[in-house]
Amino acid sequence: MRTQGLTQGLTRGLKGTAIAIGVALAAMGGVGTAAPAQTTPQAAAAKPSAPATGTPAAGTAAAPANTSNLAPTTAAATPPANPSSPQLAMDGAPVLSSIDANRAGPDGRNIGRPTDGMFDIQPQVTRNGRFAYWFHNSILFPLITAISLFVLILLVVVVVRFRRAANPIPSKTSHNTFIEVIWTAVPVLILAAIALPSIGLLRAQFKPAPAGAVTLKAIGNQWYWTYQYPDHGGFEITANMLKEKDQVVPGERARTDADGPRLLATDNRIVLPVGVPIRLITTSNDVIHSWAVPAFWIKLDAIPGRLNETSFTIERPGLYFGQCSELCGPRHAFMPIAVEAVAPAQFAAWVRAKGGTMPGARAPSEKVIPQPGAEGHPAAPAEGFKVPAAGPNPGTAATPAPSQGATNNRTGAGNAGL
Amino acid sequence: MTDTALHPSAFQAHDHGHHDHAEHKPAFFARWFMSTNHKDIGTLYLIFAIVAGIIGGAISGLMRAELAHPGIQYLGTWARLLHGGEQSLDQSLHLWNVLITAHGLIMVFFMVMPAMIGGFGNWFVPIMIGAPDMAFPRMNNISFWLLIPAFTLLLASPFLGGAGVGWTAYAPLSTYGEPGPSVDMAILSLHLAGASSIMGAINFITTIFNMRAPGMTLHKMPLFVWSVLVTAFLLLLSLPVLAAAITMLLTDRNFGTTFFDPAGGGDPVLYQHLFWFFGHPEVYIMILPGFGIISQIIATFSRKPVFGYLGMAYAMVAIGVVGFVVWAHHMFATGLSVNTKMYFTAATMVIAVPTGIKIFSWIATMWGGSISFKTPMVWAIGFIFMFTVGGVTGVVLANGGVDDYMQDTYYVVAHFHYVLSLGAVFALFAGFYYWFPKMSGKMYSEFLGQLHFWVFFVGVNVLFFPMHFLGLQGMPRRYPDYPDAYATWNAMASHGYEIMTVGMVIFFVNVIWSLIAGKKADDNPWGEGATTLEWTLSSPPPYHQFETLPRID
Repeated sequence: MRTQGLTQGLTRGLKGTAIAIGVALAAMGGVGTAAPAQTTPQAAAAKPSAPATGTPAAGTAAAPANTSNLAPTTAAATPPANPSSPQLAMDGAPVLSSIDANRAGPDGRNIGRPTDGMFDIQPQVTRNGRFAYWFHNSILFPLITAISLFVLILLVVVVVRFRRAANPIPSKTSHNTFIEVIWTAVPVLILAAIALPSIGLLRAQFKPAPAGAVTLKAIGNQWYWTYQYPDHGGFEITANMLKEKDQVVPGERARTDADGPRLLATDNRIVLPVGVPIRLITTSNDVIHSWAVPAFWIKLDAIPGRLNETSFTIERPGLYFGQCSELCGPRHAFMPIAVEAVAPAQFAAWVRAKGGTMPGARAPSEKVIPQPGAEGHPAAPAEGFKVPAAGPNPGTAATPAPSQGATNNRTGAGNAGL
Repeated sequence: MTDTALHPSAFQAHDHGHHDHAEHKPAFFARWFMSTNHKDIGTLYLIFAIVAGIIGGAISGLMRAELAHPGIQYLGTWARLLHGGEQSLDQSLHLWNVLITAHGLIMVFFMVMPAMIGGFGNWFVPIMIGAPDMAFPRMNNISFWLLIPAFTLLLASPFLGGAGVGWTAYAPLSTYGEPGPSVDMAILSLHLAGASSIMGAINFITTIFNMRAPGMTLHKMPLFVWSVLVTAFLLLLSLPVLAAAITMLLTDRNFGTTFFDPAGGGDPVLYQHLFWFFGHPEVYIMILPGFGIISQIIATFSRKPVFGYLGMAYAMVAIGVVGFVVWAHHMFATGLSVNTKMYFTAATMVIAVPTGIKIFSWIATMWGGSISFKTPMVWAIGFIFMFTVGGVTGVVLANGGVDDYMQDTYYVVAHFHYVLSLGAVFALFAGFYYWFPKMSGKMYSEFLGQLHFWVFFVGVNVLFFPMHFLGLQGMPRRYPDYPDAYATWNAMASHGYEIMTVGMVIFFVNVIWSLIAGKKADDNPWGEGATTLEWTLSSPPPYHQFETLPRID
């Protein structure tokens, strides 16, 4: 009886929590209207004419703050042209897509972020993603459902027909070579049938990005992402998760609904062009992270000392969210990924606003991507772009200080409502 | 015919003839702390596994409470309780990683393995092959007692900071990512548990190869013995690789080596290859003895010999062999080359074939049988269906291209809990109810056993099935907090945990009630279908059995 009391206690505890959370969520509901609060630091930082040689290099916390996100010291900066547009406020770039573009479609599913209570995979916006989505939803899922139901039906038949009351005398059969061959051969054939599209999918996923692809380098840090555009002047973006209104220190920017959902919104989104192949390169400055955006069907580990590469082409403008997908320490859950896919012209404008350059006649993707730590950097010497050392910090703290965002992130209250 | 069909009358003369000597038990301390008796050591293993299971299960309860709703609710409080004083946010979040790590390590190394191999393996492998005891009784004893310091180290580590590296302990998070003694303690804990398992494996292999009763050829051995034999080989071949990998972690952490540190020419991915070369056989180590248990139970309660005995035995051998060459499917997102991914995709799918043979053979064993639905059989049937569900999602995950989406999401969590929590654990409960009368001499309560099954069955399905949906919507694993769009299924999963807890309460009530007030069990409570040697002995068996070896025809 005592143990049952405990169980009830647990139930009550969970229910009490539900109420508490409900209240907390209701309180947060007001956050969305408080957009002007975050006009703060970025406008000052986002000097569109700042030379790209601003060297956002590793370890230089004093680098020009075109990647700084949260520094409250510049709160008196020029207000953005349009306070109701947080994206614009962040970097002074042209107005980009709003999260409204990704509202639930007619089938009730959000694009680029999860939908509550859904059973299915997120809608895919890349070619390989649609291929894989089709492979899962049209082949694998019906197949595994059919196999499970087949086994279930066999079990039900056996249970009903051969229960002791119905069949008091058991047979003594213990062999049937024919049926054993059948139930070995048929699964082999089924698996071979699965293997064909599966291998095809792998081949498609490993097709290298063509010349002219936009290279995005995602660098994992504890616990934020930095991004570089090596083909576009090598400017760097630091993306920290936006905290909730009740978790920020005064002057710090809090998340609004326009930024995206809780735990998914970042202070700086990375911007990528639609319809242009993207070459994604991942690495890490400390422990292993994983760069994942479900809507692209992309998940690629960011490993110190390694460069991983994959490619994808976004087919639809919009906002796409993802999360770190390899355990990387306490704030593993709090280093989201937010990608804004826009038309190529808008992308070019954004690059220029960030102090980057659009590649000229020379196809940028033909550049040699240097290994981190390798001698020299053959590409784009004029840009003064320095590849951060991807090798991990040999110290125990495992928190190198490659960019400014780190400092804010470490001192901040994170996103947890404690 | 390939199962060991024999007549109890052939043995009674032997047992009763030596009854006096066979019942000569040592005093309490010598019996339980210096034991060389395989049945007593098996009992110790089972008690240990139950204690560890309660702790590991309670930790998952903490996790489900925290995950029941979006936001961080309890971690701060728990961190304060654990370490005293106000804890920073990062320390609270670190506690989450400590919990997931402890849950995984406890359930794998201190619950499933000790129960399956140490508990049921020790109890019934010698009896089923007609041997008086294990080949190395003293080594058997130290195999068990090494688990105590191993478990103590692991349980003590949270009080010294805690190892928040996941049960996989990937470098570099586990090297320069986590200072403090806790990870070292967890590593040493695994070393001890690994040494324990290696000695156990040597003991089982030697016992099965050398101590079979006259006439008990390999192809007459009960399938449970076959399953333990294959498992023992997996342990023997895979655990040294784990030992090497975590020793390298230890020296990377403490002695300045750089096996996994790129700054010194090492490679973090090397650790993953070494870990999963152990880790994938490990998942078969956890499920293969369960296959053996299920085979015994299905045959017993269908009153039919196992269908396709040789196919069943060699399917397990095939699973064991292929299980060694599929490890990198755990690493599909680490940047493997296309050829590597294609190979590991294909090799992984091959495992579905012998697994399918086993599923269909179990059903064929029941086909034409005369089935009684006693508690062990109900658990066994539940196992077949739930393991099938867990197995088919494994086929989805086997596809390297699809796995880019699923890797490290709750889909994977759902998959491995279906094969472990609803596979291995169902097999453990089935085996527990099946052999409880033999081990204790008391019958369990049939009503409570059935009730336990149904409540637990509903609970774990409500708990784990929504995790498929969470994974398909992209929710990553090992997250203490999640975007609000994952709230519905997480709340449902936490309710499933509550239901499951009720089932566990019923189980413990049943065990305690049966031990105290259960009616005396017959030598063979299951009737003519139970043909293996343990049912020819008394319940509980004499302290030493088969002092005159039985002869199997």
